[in-house]
Amino acid sequence: MKKMTINGIVTQVEDYWSILEACRFYGIDIPALCYHDGLSPGGICRLCVVEIGKGERAKLVTSCNYPVEDGLVVRTHSERVIRARKMLVELLLARCPSSKTLQDLAAKMGVQRVRFKVKNENCILCGLCVRMCAEQMGAKAIGFAGRGKERRVTPPFDIKSEVCRNCGACMYICPVCQLRCQGPEPPNVVCGACMNVEPVCLQDNEDVMCYLDTCGWCFKVKSSSLKKKSGYGKERKEGE
Amino acid sequence: MDEDKIDEIIGCHGTDKSELITILQDVQAEYNWLPPDALRHIAKRLHVPLIEVFGIATFYKSFSLKPRGKHLVRVCLGTACHVRGGPRILETAERILDIKADETTADYEFTVESVNCLGCCALGPVMVVDNEYYGNLPPVKVERILRKYGHTSSSSSTSIKEEKS
Amino acid sequence: MNRRRIKSHSDLEKLRQEILAKRDLQKTRVAICAGTGCLALGAQKVITSFKEELKKQGLENTVEIRETGCPGFCEKGTIVVIYPEGFYYLQVQPGDVPEIVEKTLIEKEPVERLFYTDPITNEKAIYEDEIPFYKNQMRLLIGDNINIDPKKIEDYIAPGGYSALAKVLSEMSPEEVIEEVKSANLRGRGGGGFPAGRKWGTTRNAPGEPKYVIVNCDEGDPGAFMDRALMEGNPHSVIEGLIIGAYAIGACEGYIYVREEYPLAVENTSIAIEQARDYGLLGRDIMGSGFDFDVKIFRGAGAFVSGESSALMSSLEGKVGAPKPKYIHTSVKGLWNKPTNLNNVETWANVPLIINKGADWFNSIGTEGSKGTKIFSLVGKVNNTGLVEVPMGITLREIIYNIGGGIPSNKKFKAVQTGGPSGGCIPESFIDTPVDFDELTKLGSMMGSGGMIVMDEDTCMVDVAKYFTDFLVDESCGKCVPCREGLERMSEILTDICEGVGKEGDIELLEELSVVMKDTSMCALGRTAPNPVLTTIQYFRDEYDAHIEEKKCPAHVCKALIEYYIDGEKCTGCLACLKACPEGAISGEKEVVHTLNTEKCSKCGICYDTCKFDAVIIR
Repeated sequence: MKKMTINGIVTQVEDYWSILEACRFYGIDIPALCYHDGLSPGGICRLCVVEIGKGERAKLVTSCNYPVEDGLVVRTHSERVIRARKMLVELLLARCPSSKTLQDLAAKMGVQRVRFKVKNENCILCGLCVRMCAEQMGAKAIGFAGRGKERRVTPPFDIKSEVCRNCGACMYICPVCQLRCQGPEPPNVVCGACMNVEPVCLQDNEDVMCYLDTCGWCFKVKSSSLKKKSGYGKERKEGE
Repeated sequence: MDEDKIDEIIGCHGTDKSELITILQDVQAEYNWLPPDALRHIAKRLHVPLIEVFGIATFYKSFSLKPRGKHLVRVCLGTACHVRGGPRILETAERILDIKADETTADYEFTVESVNCLGCCALGPVMVVDNEYYGNLPPVKVERILRKYGHTSSSSSTSIKEEKS
Repeated sequence: MNRRRIKSHSDLEKLRQEILAKRDLQKTRVAICAGTGCLALGAQKVITSFKEELKKQGLENTVEIRETGCPGFCEKGTIVVIYPEGFYYLQVQPGDVPEIVEKTLIEKEPVERLFYTDPITNEKAIYEDEIPFYKNQMRLLIGDNINIDPKKIEDYIAPGGYSALAKVLSEMSPEEVIEEVKSANLRGRGGGGFPAGRKWGTTRNAPGEPKYVIVNCDEGDPGAFMDRALMEGNPHSVIEGLIIGAYAIGACEGYIYVREEYPLAVENTSIAIEQARDYGLLGRDIMGSGFDFDVKIFRGAGAFVSGESSALMSSLEGKVGAPKPKYIHTSVKGLWNKPTNLNNVETWANVPLIINKGADWFNSIGTEGSKGTKIFSLVGKVNNTGLVEVPMGITLREIIYNIGGGIPSNKKFKAVQTGGPSGGCIPESFIDTPVDFDELTKLGSMMGSGGMIVMDEDTCMVDVAKYFTDFLVDESCGKCVPCREGLERMSEILTDICEGVGKEGDIELLEELSVVMKDTSMCALGRTAPNPVLTTIQYFRDEYDAHIEEKKCPAHVCKALIEYYIDGEKCTGCLACLKACPEGAISGEKEVVHTLNTEKCSKCGICYDTCKFDAVIIR
């Protein structure tokens, strides 16, 4: 067992855990799109970043593949972490606005607008399907091709692979393919139907308070801001 | 594609997985591009999943999965060339050959590519045709150079892209 | 050539004496640079005409022709130096050869017109050390290039090459070698500036066998070519450093990773490895010490990101060259998960110097935090372009003006870009900054591998930021979200700004995006990618504002924001531009002022280049 500090609480963790596993064990919710219990960590979506270290040496690392260490000090919801996650969700949402998974995540994290041009892609390149096909199905029928913005998931030569068994595992695990969001206002990208509010406790604290679950701190503020939000939507419409 | 030829290349390097990139480079040097059947054969011989070979062939810039022209025109767009007018050399070459970068003329005579730095930064802008370097190049000279390699203004009036569309 | 194995330190010394004894120092020698730069300027033709001309004159046995490595002054290639006199001829064309043979080789008289001429005083410089470009440098690593034929190991051994290796193998323990490199404070020349000795120590002490050492010559930074010049001009200096490192670290296998864009470097290094093996400097039982080490050369396949250490190792393993998360350093778990030490070409080349001359000597050069010299490729809008080697701590001004000879055509200096796509643009107000690892980082740029691109008033800084961003969009491996998506969005915003559709808030969004990219990207490519954008915003915000608010490009670069027109007072009606215009946008008759139809104009700029009377104007 190793001893490390998560959000100020000293915890005992198994030697072989990653930070993410440790946090999830203690019930702390860290978003992660490219992570799955049954697959090797990808470190691709970067949403699971947490802040480790102190002062000038503090840095963000992806918790899904960072091994636990004795004496490690982890902050899972610091201001820096939240800022990064929100920008990452905004980037992902600009790429794939129709993903309900992403829309829900955006709502939960208080991402209220997307400032980039919307692309309507179908894939966030998280690589879960590639790892599923290789690690669990042993087929290696699909993989990444190209690089940079040309990167894509595909079978060899972009035609159906000879080794594909049509098992459908890739579709099963995809966080984007299924559950399309039917947002009411496509030009706005962020659908706004869900509880789309900012963690207001950041205004008074360095860390978000509800990393264990909704703590109630912001409950009052939340309900008042929900009212405000419906006004925000109207404002937008008038502006257009 | 000649399987024996590929086997000969594999024979020079062995079938260890770490030789994959070197083998692909030699195949590319032999055929000027990577024919799909060659990739399939290499995957089989090296016991590497085909998707990995495909991934490598599309990741590295020096590999081409499309047949390329007889003459490879490479225009350097490194920083030094960029500030000295490299993009205009590329535009000029594209205009003269009537193709875009990474495309091949319909008669398979010329392929135009941009490269990110050839390390001849002191001579920018630089264009390389086959292995011949042309440094300190003003755009007006591009046409004369391409003519040296057999370009005539009518020879490539339609590009592959247009043909397809 | 028959090469016998060198079995000891004294064997090497004996060989050296033999090589020297065979040499007649008074024999006339023609050294011709055969680096890629000079070859691009026609050096091969110069070499051939020398051979023909010497044959014609019956001098082929009395005059030696040596095809050497790059001495750095690429701007003025082809470079020819005549020994023993030391006449330094620049910009030699094949047509000059008969005159050189006639006058210099036979009559021993110089050909004055081929000497360097000072552009201001018109004075001629006869010898290398009289040329300002060389005079102000400190050329420890590349100074010998003009004397060395990289295809002949004897040329390297003659002035004392491989003696550092002999010293290490016969007198020093691996720990002592690491200690020496540590106390020399040698920092990695590839960009990061990590202390080399410490890295060596980590790999040596890491568990796991075998251990590997790697030379990183995947010099991808656009605008940098010092590794190329070293690897193709003096490969043995790098190989010697590598063997010493391998001995210190306890590695028995090494790789030299050379990018495929450098075919000559691959060729010369392969020959060098062969010849070193012949002498028993590589292979089993090196110099009779019992130490085994061999090295393989690997050609990169064209990917900038493969220069990152974990990506480079993936590439060596025959995989896609994408970086891996590095929570465990490659020096502990690298190639095939074994401890691996990777250093840049220039870092390795410094090692024999440190061993021969000692850490104290090395420490006497440079600044507090950065010791030794650094090679820069000084390129862009500067008079003397080429490779310059200077002591750390020299100011940017000294490099650009004293060595580089200032900005051509009396233009105004605007900025200097260092560190490639990971670096930043340094404005004129910081031109007196001493150049070392820490000072450049403080300015938001970095040392990088040593590219130094000078920009004048005709360079648009937004365009430069866009150039680097586009470069990285192309070269990012695309694995992680902040780098792939972030760069693409950055490029999108910058393109909008350059095309005149930028809007208020764009700059702030760029800054916000930059912070997250720096914080969350997987490897150094993404973490440093915002630097060119951030530094240009920091130092040249007025240019961004001009693009966004006034829809103007002050440097007249961004096509969407400029217009060509013909100045009626200057136009002579010569028809030159009219004939050259590919769009048929210029109309007029002979000796009648031409007009340019801006609607047809594609802004290719050919008319601007063609006009001899400066009548085509950009506004």
